[in-house]
Amino acid sequence: MPDRGRTFGQRLGTWVVDGYAALVLVYLLLPILVIVLYSFNKPAGRFNFVWKSFSLDAWRNPLRYDALVEAMKLSLSVAAISTLVAALFGTLIALALTRYRFRGSAPVGLLLVLPLTTPEVVLGSSLLTLFLDLNVRTGFATIVIAHIMFSVSYVALTVRARIRGFDWTLEEAAMDLGATPLRVFRKVTLPLILPGIVAAGMLSFALSLDDFIITLFNAGSSVTYPLYVYGARRAAFPPQINVLATAILLLSLFALTATHLWQHRTLPQQPGRKLPPA
Amino acid sequence: MAGTAAGGARQSRAAPYLLIAPGVLWLAVFYVVPIVSLAQTSVGVADGPWWDGYQRALTGYGSHFFRSLRYAFAATLLALVLGYPLAYVIAFRAGRLKTLLLGLVILPFFTTFLVRTFAWKTILNDGGPAVRMLQQLHLLAPDGRLLDTTIAVIGGLTYNFLPFMVLPIYVSLEKIDRRLVEAAQDLYSTPRGAFRKVVLPLSLPGVFAGSLLTFIPAAGDFINAELLGSPNQQMIGTVIQNQFLEVRDYPLAAALSFVMMLLITLGVLAYARLLGTEELA
Repeated sequence: MPDRGRTFGQRLGTWVVDGYAALVLVYLLLPILVIVLYSFNKPAGRFNFVWKSFSLDAWRNPLRYDALVEAMKLSLSVAAISTLVAALFGTLIALALTRYRFRGSAPVGLLLVLPLTTPEVVLGSSLLTLFLDLNVRTGFATIVIAHIMFSVSYVALTVRARIRGFDWTLEEAAMDLGATPLRVFRKVTLPLILPGIVAAGMLSFALSLDDFIITLFNAGSSVTYPLYVYGARRAAFPPQINVLATAILLLSLFALTATHLWQHRTLPQQPGRKLPPA
Repeated sequence: MAGTAAGGARQSRAAPYLLIAPGVLWLAVFYVVPIVSLAQTSVGVADGPWWDGYQRALTGYGSHFFRSLRYAFAATLLALVLGYPLAYVIAFRAGRLKTLLLGLVILPFFTTFLVRTFAWKTILNDGGPAVRMLQQLHLLAPDGRLLDTTIAVIGGLTYNFLPFMVLPIYVSLEKIDRRLVEAAQDLYSTPRGAFRKVVLPLSLPGVFAGSLLTFIPAAGDFINAELLGSPNQQMIGTVIQNQFLEVRDYPLAAALSFVMMLLITLGVLAYARLLGTEELA
């Protein structure tokens, strides 16, 4: 808002609001700082909860605990598979909802929102009762099934929000110019929707890697990274947990920055919404 | 509409259904059917009346339900009080820092939820910096603790779901046409009046979405209560998890889960009526 004609009291008010917002950001970021800091700790016992002395030991030997490494590998493969499937299913739904008017589109929209408004304990426990009813042994496959289930909604809603209002006549123009349907999809449709799919895919990957409650119900004896961390509160909490958490953070920041730059290179100003003058 | 050029009216009529089929089937089989299966399990009592599970759920764990809703309500209110000004500053006053600040708000998503909650355990630990500082300021008794208290649990819940409050509010503030605010000021409205009569009402859909996205996961969460609280702060999620995975009293476990879902749904509907908005997504 413009600053014209403001009294000292009003300007003081905005400083207070700014300062307050800054403090809220500190609250949000403090634990992350602690996680990174404690990856350099040399704890006195088995639990890395109290600061003792600075050390690079955990960073020199990040893969020291086999169970932790196995858990990380399991989490990464679950996230990769569930993201691929959910990105495909979710994108197809988003395309149907934005490009066609059809009977039943409203219930589909509701079906997408419902899993997001259901508490995770209910999602996890209800899926477990289904697997119990069908005598399915819980493990890798059931974790993947559960993760696809909650990711489909996120992908469909994210992609739909991103591609709403696109100018689909571009496709017709390409076809009028003699492009085959496959070529139209590869050269026009896909480049238009790809940034939305990538954003949704990254969200889905992050959610899968992070999920604890739904996974706990459907993991059987499999141990994902969050489940390992949960178990670590009883046995031992090595600084390697912090090292891996910091590594995930750095990799995500790298991926985010890279896609941000990539999208700004290939898409200077949201093409599809507006055609540049011929 | 698209599709007409490709293959005529017949194909385009079937096309949307083919596109939604895989995802909708997945949600039907792994979301809708499980809820039905949960309902069946909750009344599948081996010996006794069908409502036995529900009776035991309500008589035995009423205090857990009540506590979960109370904590979630407190966390949602705190998240609103903390999150609204932050969203406001990012939307209206951040200028070129906007992308960076939004990035900082979502940064916690990129470190595991559990590890973040353990970090709070480190911060609030007995003899840790937070406890010592409060003791020196005489705000905490010399033998006082932060860990294993209600404050720690509610603080943890607020922290973990705060970005879910900030982001929808930011989106709704961002959508507001700045000319409306200027018009109000041109008409001699004070900044406070312009905020109360223009900005606040237009941001209510964001407040609604943010409150739901905070309240629902907070009510079902049990990690914060388990890591930052004592058994006195135990929430309903712990009970459900324990009944399903350890005790394996499935009718009781399913009844607890079902009651939880009903309470949340009722809460959401009541809140929707209160704010007079039906917009969920």
